[in-house]
Amino acid sequence: MNNLVEIKELSFQRNSRVIFDGVNIQIPQHKITAIMGPSGTGKTTLLRLIGGQLQPASGQVTVAGENVHKLSRNGLYRLRKKMGMLFQEGGLFTHLSVFENVAFPLREHTRLSNDMIRTLVLIKLEMVGLRGARDLMPNELSGGMSRRVALARAIALDPELIMYDEPLSGQDPISMGVLVKLIRTLNDYLGLTSIIVSHDVTEVLSIADYVYAIAGGKVIGQGTPDALKADKSQQLRQFLDGLPDGPVPFHYPAEALNRDLMGDII
Amino acid sequence: MFTQITLLGRWGIDTLQELGRAGVLLFRVLFRFPNLKKGFPLTLQQIYAEGVLSLLIIVVSGLFIGMVVALQGYHTLEKFGAAQQLGPLVALSVTRELGPVVTALLFAGRAGSAVAAEIGLMKATEQLSSMEMMAVDPMHRVIAPRMWGGFFSMPMLTIIFNAVAIYGAYLIGVKWLGLDGGAFWSNMRDSVDFHLDVMNGVIKSVVFGFVVIWISVFQGYSAPPTSAGIAGATTRTVVYSSLAVLGLDFILTAMMIGDW
Repeated sequence: MNNLVEIKELSFQRNSRVIFDGVNIQIPQHKITAIMGPSGTGKTTLLRLIGGQLQPASGQVTVAGENVHKLSRNGLYRLRKKMGMLFQEGGLFTHLSVFENVAFPLREHTRLSNDMIRTLVLIKLEMVGLRGARDLMPNELSGGMSRRVALARAIALDPELIMYDEPLSGQDPISMGVLVKLIRTLNDYLGLTSIIVSHDVTEVLSIADYVYAIAGGKVIGQGTPDALKADKSQQLRQFLDGLPDGPVPFHYPAEALNRDLMGDII
Repeated sequence: MFTQITLLGRWGIDTLQELGRAGVLLFRVLFRFPNLKKGFPLTLQQIYAEGVLSLLIIVVSGLFIGMVVALQGYHTLEKFGAAQQLGPLVALSVTRELGPVVTALLFAGRAGSAVAAEIGLMKATEQLSSMEMMAVDPMHRVIAPRMWGGFFSMPMLTIIFNAVAIYGAYLIGVKWLGLDGGAFWSNMRDSVDFHLDVMNGVIKSVVFGFVVIWISVFQGYSAPPTSAGIAGATTRTVVYSSLAVLGLDFILTAMMIGDW
């Protein structure tokens, strides 16, 4: 099986804080790969590294055979036309209507006629079930609708790779179900390769073909959802079962409680 | 003592870094081949947003400033029997100093702060990141049109301010205080030199417009993506722009008076 994205020995740090320390990840083509892990482990950062928005300290990220961080600006922009990304907040342009938001990448990168753009936009909006909302402004949409519009925009140029940053967080059960189904359907029908970054264990395990679990800057587990569910490692169990304390500590590092409370008295 | 020296050093390094980043942003806007087909309509939109929408405050301020200068000037000139010189007094004050400086200060408060807040908010809501991921350079699509829009708007706003302020002075001097209208305009025409007075004022406005809008887009673009970050960016835009305008006004005036 070919890998569309290959991450080799990736290290990244912010100031003195190490986010990734020699991470290796392969994203197989035409599959849904989930990157899971507790909040603050750098899942969004990983997507930004794949998209070339951040520069790693060492290691390499290859997308469709091209080393993302060795490309010129023009080369990077050419590669990004093959990628779509759904941001956590949607990232819709607030001054443009739903229709114009979806039409934006088509107007920027193609010379299609207005009639053709209209047809394509309506097809994409129909896919996400929001053809009727084409004239609404982003501030008139619910959170779930915003993400669906952003999804329609992300697939406007028919990318090879689509990255979802926490697509399910803060969604009600209906929106969550709709989004989960959409992600699976779009991946299968459009022949996409999908990366989902999330900490919604149950939903993501239900649609992912392969899963990586990240914590403490390293991959702590990987495999098919069934393999992960059967994994006995303490760190992975703590995350998947939602245990408050374990290898990933509940408490942020601090000095002893009695010393903190009593100060110099003891 | 060492702590204070360290803090001073840190402040110096931070300031230099910020200046460097602002320089890089300017370089990326100015030294890129522009896409005229897409860039021109976007710049026109920004001339509307930054220039046309600032017209009301510019016109009202110009009118009142012209009227106040005329009132103050008339009562002072009258003591020396020189009330007929009101036209030149107002025209020279407005075209040389008040027009470019006050317009720039109002422009910073009205348009500069709006530009900084808008760009900061676009950054905070991931609109700039999503644009980048769609292979659209925010420098071309967002920053450059706003810079050029401000650059072209400021001189036009200054000329309008000048015209309205002089008209305000005419209303006070001629229509209210009873000066001779012919003397008001002819004395003004005799005393005001188009190149030395009017054009030098316009040159000042071009410089002020460039600096104010540069500060505005940079503050917005480098704002931390939080509500406090955006609030700080808008405040810094107005404060830095105002100080830069006043400081540059002194330098430009000194250069212009020195037969530059």
